[in-house]
Amino acid sequence: MLTFTTRRLILSVPTLLFIALVIFMLMELAPGDPMAQVPLTVPPEVKEKMREALGLGQPAHIRFFKWLYQFFIIEPMVFWDWMWGTTYTEGVQRVISWQTRSPVMDIVIQRMPQTLWVVAMAYIVGVLIALPIGIYSAYRQYSVFDQTGTFVSMIGFSIPPFFTGPLLIVLFSVQLGWLPSIYDTTHVVTDWASFKVQFMQMIMPVMVLALQTTAQISRYMRASMLENLNQDYVRTARAKGLSEAIVVMVHVLRNSMIPVVTIIALGMPAIFGGAIITENVFKVNGIGQLLLTALFANDIPMVLTLTFIFAILIVLFNLIADILYGVLDPRIRYD
Amino acid sequence: MTDATQIDGIEALKDKEPQKPPRSQWKDVWDQFRKHKGALFGGGFLLFITLFVLFGPLIWQLDPQKLDIRNKDIRPIYTWLSDGDAKVAWNRPLGTDNLGRDMLANMIKGGRTSLAVGWAAMILALVLGTLIGVLSGYFKRLDGVLMRFTDLVLSLPLLPLLLVAVTLFRQPLRAAYGPEGGMFVLIVGIIGITSWMQTARIVRGEILALKEREFILAARSIGTTPYKIITRHLLPNIMSPIMVSATLGLATAIITESALSFLGVGFPSDFPTWGKMLADSVQRMTEYPERVVLPGIAISLTVLSVNYLGDGLRDALDPRIRGR
Repeated sequence: MLTFTTRRLILSVPTLLFIALVIFMLMELAPGDPMAQVPLTVPPEVKEKMREALGLGQPAHIRFFKWLYQFFIIEPMVFWDWMWGTTYTEGVQRVISWQTRSPVMDIVIQRMPQTLWVVAMAYIVGVLIALPIGIYSAYRQYSVFDQTGTFVSMIGFSIPPFFTGPLLIVLFSVQLGWLPSIYDTTHVVTDWASFKVQFMQMIMPVMVLALQTTAQISRYMRASMLENLNQDYVRTARAKGLSEAIVVMVHVLRNSMIPVVTIIALGMPAIFGGAIITENVFKVNGIGQLLLTALFANDIPMVLTLTFIFAILIVLFNLIADILYGVLDPRIRYD
Repeated sequence: MTDATQIDGIEALKDKEPQKPPRSQWKDVWDQFRKHKGALFGGGFLLFITLFVLFGPLIWQLDPQKLDIRNKDIRPIYTWLSDGDAKVAWNRPLGTDNLGRDMLANMIKGGRTSLAVGWAAMILALVLGTLIGVLSGYFKRLDGVLMRFTDLVLSLPLLPLLLVAVTLFRQPLRAAYGPEGGMFVLIVGIIGITSWMQTARIVRGEILALKEREFILAARSIGTTPYKIITRHLLPNIMSPIMVSATLGLATAIITESALSFLGVGFPSDFPTWGKMLADSVQRMTEYPERVVLPGIAISLTVLSVNYLGDGLRDALDPRIRGR
């Protein structure tokens, strides 16, 4: 297992490098000029100076390796300094945003908690709803509950979050007035009352994101349970007189969870992508919204770094899913 | 002679012709498909919406772009049922928007764009996926390279990359093909080249299994060229998984296009698509909820019907499930 994990870890390095190259080349080939907004009265030599100040003076491959160096060496060192109060990185060039002229990672760190709160909470809620639904629909296959579950998850697949979001806002914020329609990220939880405010404003974005998760995972849970319910070991367990609860909830459930756990791990990065839309609907200023504004402002270093962070998340969770599969299922050993 | 008389004596062997007409494969498929109520409904709705956007402009001849500022903000007719004072007009059945453009005409035009993007992107993804899947399944030398490539593309963050690509390549394509054509080419191309991976994997798996069967060996032994083997023997046999992944691809392509339009990087603002109409109306949805709900329902119902169609096709095309 350990050798497998190390091998996968080493293999993920070229994957990440390739992804970084693809993203970088995409930006490089795109014809957008960061100097396009500068007035025409500015003389060309001044423009050239400004271009160099943005770090655009060198050829593309030098800039690519500089960015890689800054992202993989400088930024972790800055983090180290911040953790332990050391001063290794004083005066070192970091990845700088063209919009704000401040380090990209600082802004990302500021925005990260909002996204993580909403996304992680949505995922947990979605999984917690999906698992019981999946288990019960498999146990009572073709019952009314199962049919309804199938129908509802079909709808969950089909209604895009940019439609459910506004619908919920009209219903719960405008008509009923129960929930706020805009997510206030400056809100600080200090006591019970402010916790309630935080809880209220999280309900809608979390539910919109959770609907997609629930639809997907409950289907997988159902399919996986159905596969196991007809196995011989289930008959044996029943025959030796175990109660139905123990047969289903212990024997069948534990075996059915193996593929579902990997699906849960694999779905995690996708929901970060989905959060871009949800953040836009509910005005959460998380990293999805940061990516959008950076894109419209032609802020290449910010877009590059953010997209690459998304890529790291995907590769990381793919790795976690593979390892989990080996850990949970002793029949699958990679080495 | 005695043998013949004996056989004549057996009743069961006497019938001259089959009692039932022979059943074709596609009749079996249709019989199974017909049993799936959701799929039947989905197929019917998809057909209806396609005909609606294709022939709608012939029946409803209002220009969707025509500004009619005197008749702005007309509500759909059905609001009259709940609110007798609502501003409705029989010649504007779904109302007008804040510039007086007719909603029904816009829904038809927008649906045309959304469905055209969906179909084109799906076909592009399907062709790419099938090509890569067949190549890597059939030719052992290409397998490793192509599958590693597929894995790499699968680990790209697709929605952020779509956003990046659409924003950055907007200008040159608009200059080359005009504002609408350029956007169409860009969005179809970008959705197509980011969604072929699942098809490629499925096709490769099927090809790997089929390649070892005897009829392929027979074909090869009489000197059939690889191209002929692929087109005559392999592709017809993997039509069913391709069709199922086509329906899934159509659904995701429609949703992705709407999402891009919703985020403001899709078609130009005077060019309606369902996603764009929804996005433009979100600001005033408290006063005019129908402008969000109508395109939203159109997207959701189309995607729902495509998903059900795929579900039914999967059951109908799988000979192991069929007939049960």
